Amino acid sequence: MSVITKVKRRQIEQLIEKNSRLDGRGPLEYREMKLEQGLIERAEGSARVLLGKTEVVVGTKIETGEPFPDTPNEGVLTVNAELVPFASPGYEPGPPDENSIELARIVDRGIRESKMIDTEKLVIEPGKKVFVVFVDVYVLNYDGNLIDASALAAVAALSNTKMPKYEIEEGEIKIKSGYEQLPLRKHPITVTCAKIGNKLLVDPWLEEEQVMDARISFAIDDDGNICAIQKGGSGFLEPSQVFEAAKIAKEKAKELRKKVNW
Amino acid sequence: MNEKPEKLIDKKGLRLDGRKPDELRPIKMEVGVISNANGSAYIEWGKNKIVAAVYGPREVHPKHLALQDSTVLKCRYHMASFSVQERKSPAPSRREIELSKVIRESLEPAIFMEYYPRTMIDVFIEVLQADGGTRCASITAASLALADSGIPMRDLVVACAAGKIENTVVLDLFDTEDKVGSADVPVAMMPNLNAITLLQMDGILTYEEFEKAVNMAIEGCKTVYAVQKEALKAKYVTVKGEEESQEEEVEE
Amino acid sequence: MPILLEKRQLVVPGDLIAEGDYIAGENTYKEKDKIYASRVGIVEYETKKVDVVALRSFYVPRMGDVVIGTIMEVGFNGWTVDINSPYPALLRASDVLSRPFRPQKDDLPQVLDAGDLVVAKVVSYDRTHDPQLTVAEPGLGKITRGQIVKVTPTKVPRIIGRKGSMISMIKQETGCNIILGVNGIVLITGKNLEDEQLAMMAILKIEAESHTTGLTDRITQMLRQEKNKKGGKTE
Repeated sequence: MSVITKVKRRQIEQLIEKNSRLDGRGPLEYREMKLEQGLIERAEGSARVLLGKTEVVVGTKIETGEPFPDTPNEGVLTVNAELVPFASPGYEPGPPDENSIELARIVDRGIRESKMIDTEKLVIEPGKKVFVVFVDVYVLNYDGNLIDASALAAVAALSNTKMPKYEIEEGEIKIKSGYEQLPLRKHPITVTCAKIGNKLLVDPWLEEEQVMDARISFAIDDDGNICAIQKGGSGFLEPSQVFEAAKIAKEKAKELRKKVNW
Repeated sequence: MNEKPEKLIDKKGLRLDGRKPDELRPIKMEVGVISNANGSAYIEWGKNKIVAAVYGPREVHPKHLALQDSTVLKCRYHMASFSVQERKSPAPSRREIELSKVIRESLEPAIFMEYYPRTMIDVFIEVLQADGGTRCASITAASLALADSGIPMRDLVVACAAGKIENTVVLDLFDTEDKVGSADVPVAMMPNLNAITLLQMDGILTYEEFEKAVNMAIEGCKTVYAVQKEALKAKYVTVKGEEESQEEEVEE
Repeated sequence: MPILLEKRQLVVPGDLIAEGDYIAGENTYKEKDKIYASRVGIVEYETKKVDVVALRSFYVPRMGDVVIGTIMEVGFNGWTVDINSPYPALLRASDVLSRPFRPQKDDLPQVLDAGDLVVAKVVSYDRTHDPQLTVAEPGLGKITRGQIVKVTPTKVPRIIGRKGSMISMIKQETGCNIILGVNGIVLITGKNLEDEQLAMMAILKIEAESHTTGLTDRITQMLRQEKNKKGGKTE
């Protein structure tokens, strides 16, 4: 990871004091966001998000498998994230490190806790065979705020995911032609706030992330409920800042929801 | 295997283990339990049994990870195979890796990282028995282990969770409540500096419920903080009278 | 503006000690106008300065400290020494040999080998380099006999006592020579093993009870009792 210069750090901090940012945004403004769906034909579902220069592609695959023992009547969701080595000078090839694991688990939490996927409708044979939904997040360019970009791409990918149709003939599963949409109930949106100095700002860009004390991300469902939270970074937040960030997240999620059409 | 309990809160407003909604499980802490480590602590929180130990500040290995102007803080949260109902493989799971990261990030704000450049501080946490809320108990014990090792700190870090079960916001969920309930919000903080160093949540809460849960967790933290301080002082307090009790058990 | 805690009060990290126009001394830090403890210890203050005498600490080298260390590694032009601190110390060959080092002729392990003990002085140390030691002064050098005791470095002043009263008393009662490394390592050399062990017992007792009062008398008493038990072998 490249080191940020002291001069840059001071510049960012001074601008924040005046509610301004290096790229001209206000503290509560997101960068330009582009969403593309269905770009990977081989995947059951896919999406690509460009948030400023951060780029994330998510592909979903559906397979059949066994349910978890404590949820025999539910399908399985599994989320994985890869920080592709070319996405940043500091990334190296290898097994998932704590950052990619944390990212995957945050994205997973938003989807799982909001009950986005109606997993009961993914059961083929109760206790024996269910559909397993794989959500694979690939970060292609890291320029800050991987969490929001990845969560958005994951939800968008799930929104255009097609499940194979099947019928059970003589105890065997036969795949029929045609597809149906993955049964979805909610579309959670995750909003991340960074704390720099004593101010909160949304959608931190790379250099802001290098300067920030801490970040806090909220996954908000369609009804404005909070379904997942993760504080990150080696700094702290005051309780009042936590509550302020929650309110900001609720507002921004509502705004972002209007912009996407999934 | 395990039957889902019908009700988590009964008509009298008591939970499955007899507690009121804002009641903590019994907590015991002891400092200086692993003689080889520079600092250590043991905590029993409800049925959780957790040991935390600290080595450091010491030389960085491998050398290229050393920082010229700061110490390197490492943290390993690990659950013993027999700590949970179904044997868990000793290999670190994704959950343990994430928890190791967030626990490290919860302790770092308390440490004066710039005091000992080119050194490393290792925090090791081993969960011997788990019953919900292990990350909070782990952070509480790890913080004691750091203080026990003589590493200068801004404040102790203490943690406690609150959540929601059946429409009631409650304090300190144990395992069944966490699995069957509708939300769990662990919070870690440095109470004297009013600084929250860990905050996570899974479940569904309205903003109002979230605010209530966080405030409840903060109050829980303050109660546990008093127990932490006593555990640190216990070695040095000669049994004089009623106030200087060696017991650290907390019922509320 | 108040000092909130009394002298000799036991504090833990994060305890608020004073508020207002005070100076943050040892093991404390100042945030805005408040002085907090940063280690477990006892509050002390003189006029404007607030200190915490740490009960739990570790040794950080300072120039001029006399320390006792263990040779860990023989390098090609010196030795790495464990001085019970987060940083390993360096002892150069040229310092020990009192002349320039000749790699072909000088066999370093013959002079000092891994596992040897030395009494040395810290000659240089800063944030960017590991501490450097010297043995080129009287009283310093390789240790050939005696007992080693490890204590928490912050207890060393207590073992010395006011104006050296405690340490002199122990030396007298046990007939041992005692070198106290600032880094918490103590070397005891006596006429026999029993005397050395008596001195060790005394030092460990001081460490355990350093925060109490009347310690010098209790230690003196204990030493005399132990000597009587053994039938007064020592003089």
